[in-house]
Amino acid sequence: MQVNIETEGSAAVCYLSGELDHHNAPAVREKIDEFSVGFCPQSMILDFGGVTFMDSSGIGLVMGRYKLLSAANCTLTVRNLSAHAYKVMRLAGLENIVTLKKCGEKGGKQHDKTEK
Amino acid sequence: MTKPKNEVKLQMESRSVNEGYARVAVSAFAAVLDPTVEEINDIRTAVSEAVTNCIVHAYRNGVGKIYIRVRLFDGGKVEIQIRDRGCGIADVKKAREPLFTTLGGDRSGLGFSVMESFCDRVRVRSAVGKGTTVTLVKNIKGRDEPCEP
Repeated sequence: MQVNIETEGSAAVCYLSGELDHHNAPAVREKIDEFSVGFCPQSMILDFGGVTFMDSSGIGLVMGRYKLLSAANCTLTVRNLSAHAYKVMRLAGLENIVTLKKCGEKGGKQHDKTEK
Repeated sequence: MTKPKNEVKLQMESRSVNEGYARVAVSAFAAVLDPTVEEINDIRTAVSEAVTNCIVHAYRNGVGKIYIRVRLFDGGKVEIQIRDRGCGIADVKKAREPLFTTLGGDRSGLGFSVMESFCDRVRVRSAVGKGTTVTLVKNIKGRDEPCEP
């Protein structure tokens, strides 16, 4: 599981890739939180374009980041979700607290940026 | 009780690194039923939840064995049994409630909810101090549409 973080002004995009499960989630969480504390972004996007598998650990990751970031007045968007990851997140009702964008949805498709 | 047409048994240590192996092994075995991508993802996800429960709950204080049995039946039925000899669940009904978790942090408490919505049937048998058996049943409808020439 990899996380690449890019910033533009006060906005941050975290590109996640690999399999997001209970084994991999802690390292992803630590990397994002460590960055957030130091950088204090005003908006954050979690880009799931490279995520090949996700179980409820992904829900926990998004919920946890939402709590931390909203307390710091930072908005959170999750984009490039596969049909499967979207289904898992909808199960938790995450669409009610964060903006969820499926793969190919407007404002979603940008993960070729990781190749830069 | 109909006889399964094929069966496999796996045994592994309750190490989180094995979560990936467990879900891939089970879904690979079920692949002969020609499931859709969605059905394969449903199986992988449900197995991942059940195995994670063994690791974070059943064997919370150490490493134990996880026993998985997968059976394939005629008509596309897959039955996956995930068994541990861990601490057991005192109140299964409560444990299955959405958002209920005994752990803090980033655990969402949705493990059983995911299993229930991604499988056709989920059975949980547990005895405190003896262990838990989770049985997942998924009916594979498969890819009906004819292949493009």
